[in-house]
Amino acid sequence: MSATLLGVSGLTKRFGGVAAVNGCSFQVDEGTITALIGPNGSGKTTAFNMITGYLPADSGEVTFAGRAVKRPNPTRLYRAGLTRTFQQARVFPGLTLLENLTVAISQPWRTLLRRNVAARDRERALTLLEEFGLERLGDRPAGELSFGQRKLLEFATVLMGEPRLVLLDEPTAGVNPVMVEQIERHVRELHARGLTFLIVEHDMHLVMRLCNPVIVLDGGATIKQGPPAEVQSDRAVLDAYLGT
Amino acid sequence: MSRLTRTGVLRAVVVFGALAAFPFVFPAQWIVNIAIFTLMYAGLATAWNLLGGFSGYLSLGHAAFFGVGAYAIAIAFTHIGIGGSGYKPFFALPLVGIVVALVSVPIAWVALRVRAATFAIVTLTLLFVVQQLAFNLHHLTHGSQGLALPPPPFDVSTFEQPFYFAMLGVFALAFFTCWWVKGSKLGLMLFSIRDDEDRARGVGVRVTGAKVIAFALSVGFTGMLGGVWAYYIQFIYPQFAVDPLITIGAVLMAFLGGKGTVWGPTVGAFILVPAQQYMAYKLGASELYLLGYASVFLLIMLFLPRGIIPSISDHLARRRSGRPDEPPGAVASAPRATLPGGMAP
Amino acid sequence: MHLFIQACILGLLAGGVYALMASGLTLAFGVMRVINVAQGAMIVLGAFLSYTLFTKAHIDPFVSVVLLTPLMFLVGVALQLVFIRPLRADEREELSLLVTWALALGIEGLLSVLYKTNYRSTITSYADKSWRVLGYHLSEVRVFAFGMSVVILTLLYLLLTRTEFGRTVRATVQNPVSARLLGVNVDKVSALGFGISVATATAAGAVFGMVTPFFPGSHYDLISRLLSIIVLGGLGSLGGAIIAALFMGMAEAVFAAEISPTWSSFTFFIVLIAILLLRPQGLFGTNERGAL
Ligand SMILES: Nc1ncnc2c1ncn2[C@@H]1O[C@H](COP(=O)(O)OP(=O)(O)O)[C@@H](O)[C@H]1O
Ligand SMILES: [Mg+2]
Repeated sequence: MSATLLGVSGLTKRFGGVAAVNGCSFQVDEGTITALIGPNGSGKTTAFNMITGYLPADSGEVTFAGRAVKRPNPTRLYRAGLTRTFQQARVFPGLTLLENLTVAISQPWRTLLRRNVAARDRERALTLLEEFGLERLGDRPAGELSFGQRKLLEFATVLMGEPRLVLLDEPTAGVNPVMVEQIERHVRELHARGLTFLIVEHDMHLVMRLCNPVIVLDGGATIKQGPPAEVQSDRAVLDAYLGT
Repeated sequence: MSRLTRTGVLRAVVVFGALAAFPFVFPAQWIVNIAIFTLMYAGLATAWNLLGGFSGYLSLGHAAFFGVGAYAIAIAFTHIGIGGSGYKPFFALPLVGIVVALVSVPIAWVALRVRAATFAIVTLTLLFVVQQLAFNLHHLTHGSQGLALPPPPFDVSTFEQPFYFAMLGVFALAFFTCWWVKGSKLGLMLFSIRDDEDRARGVGVRVTGAKVIAFALSVGFTGMLGGVWAYYIQFIYPQFAVDPLITIGAVLMAFLGGKGTVWGPTVGAFILVPAQQYMAYKLGASELYLLGYASVFLLIMLFLPRGIIPSISDHLARRRSGRPDEPPGAVASAPRATLPGGMAP
Repeated sequence: MHLFIQACILGLLAGGVYALMASGLTLAFGVMRVINVAQGAMIVLGAFLSYTLFTKAHIDPFVSVVLLTPLMFLVGVALQLVFIRPLRADEREELSLLVTWALALGIEGLLSVLYKTNYRSTITSYADKSWRVLGYHLSEVRVFAFGMSVVILTLLYLLLTRTEFGRTVRATVQNPVSARLLGVNVDKVSALGFGISVATATAAGAVFGMVTPFFPGSHYDLISRLLSIIVLGGLGSLGGAIIAALFMGMAEAVFAAEISPTWSSFTFFIVLIAILLLRPQGLFGTNERGAL
């Protein structure tokens, strides 16, 4: 239960002299819903970008599933079971919802010239779309979706690769309350099925009821990691949020 | 999405049937001559579309590979001696295509490591490198003097026909490959790259492999068309075999018809090439013709950037569903989630 | 050794002009994410304009620069408004490549109609003169051209660093979205930036016409060199472009002197490939992957 799935130590990134992430260290245990919180600009997204291989780190180490990630690369990490969503909900606007999902299924090279959406993949994608309440729109281009629907679709897409750890970057920002509930339900269900989550989230009520432990980032460094109640009453965390 | 709809197949059968019958119905040499160039550009635009339209990587240097194909045939003629029997060079075409495709792989691998704008720069530079090579490798290409191929021993009255069918064959090959790819997993990968490459990488799409394959296919066909062209023209110079106008023509046609669609580049070529030949005939002076070309291009970019086929099919879809007209491109204009610098925030 | 140093001097002088040519290209990219493939054609246009003023009105090219740059600045602003501004933001980066390529073609076509397609060069009274310093030849025209490039680049630097307008330009280069939020009129900055870019091309064109024979199709060769330079320097980086230009100018000249003049234009391509393999973001580009 408490095996470390993702370990981050001393992660650092500077943008022109300003450290966005500065010696950030934390770990995510298998089977948890871990929250990563911190004031705006504290480096949460930047940390995600480095962990998932979108941004080369200046220094620091990342381990995933017990192995050091030497040269992080989004494609390889996805195949290894580490995946993420983006803060502004990125989907493939020109592809249909079904295609959005099936393109995320790992395929061997030899099937390259086979039909784009194989019957079996279609089944799987439809099932997932049903779970997310998007099955009606299966053959519509994703560009037609509302922002909230895009967030759902993006979430659904990353599940196609059967990940072990999902990083969600502000899954509920800009989404209506009904959909927030829906997203929370999905996280809980998937968690019950054995998925581990690392979630950047601004809605503190959601964090407090959904996540444990909570990691707090300030100025690019971890200042606290612990159960929600403990974090909530921590002096340093309050200071960080109140800006003193 | 089913790959072969009945109307789709029917349309292809009708069009290619008509194209096969064409030189028998209109045997006049000047007509077949125009038709040969139309097919050549239809093939070039279709091949360009396979990379540019599908993956969004706009190559400005396809003429380089056209030139390589042309010189491959011409050099094989003069230095290896495949000429003489008339049809032999046509049988060498698949080899030309394969060699050009293989040669392009390392180039593609380097050029496709960078994002689209830099890719365009590299391909454009490649164009001039190949042109310069054609000038400088004097012993192979005879430099600026040009390289002559012995005249093919075809009957004068039906002289153009073998070339017509060679062009048609290569065009058909490019066309059906494009069609096939569009409905395949490779097509899906390419479209996801076009929409958002960073995110495609994040959901396990092997972007580099997909791009390199598309590039190799695309330039392979381009090289084959260059080979047929060289044999038909019989005399090639560096500045005509590796001519930026060839790329620009192909790109223009793909845009006019609709990039990313199967039929778009063909439609674009069938409209523009005859019009262009007519203009060249009317205006004569090639300088004016350059201006005309540029104006048409600018007009299309500004007023019909999505092309004919997507515009029509949108219109039809809207009519069918009875929705009011939306501004064109409502779907394609969905916000691209990239910050300046193209980085994921 | 003598030959090598002579080549370095020649290359440095040529590199200064390349730097002027490339500065506009990289500035336009920085501000608008537009790769102006027509930059080469604008340079050739500048060469023809100053050629005409010289042959018809006997105006020295260095003087005509003063007349032509303001004029071409306005032309640049107009071109931006008509051809670049209408492109949708999410497609601008790719479509502008094709639009500016078509512009290049249009300029080439126009020049071919007006001047026909033979080679010309602007030959002033001091064209063949040169100074001898420590046994090395310093061609007067090339030294003047270098000097003019330095002056214009300095003015450009001062404009970018010392003025309010320059601050808005730099903010836009760094991040158009937040620049807009901070009240920068990005559309205006883009139009003016393109104007400046065309103005520098014109100035460079005037001296280009004195050191190299040119014809309407010369722009292809130019643009492929300039594009290699700005990739080497890091797209959008002005300082990078200048250093890359000086480096490439010298590399080309040394290659021509020491190895082979016929193959010297390949220097650009070789360096381009090397940079893509080793450091795809360019020497001074940002270091994110995919940011190039
Ligand atoms: N590509 C970038 N270039 C320069 N600065 C950046 C870049 N990305 C992020 N930053 C800066 O790094 C800091 C951390 O940003 P970010 O990781 O997005 O914070 P968060 O997600 O916690 O709100 C911010 O000050 C931001 O301005
Ligand atoms: Mg963030």
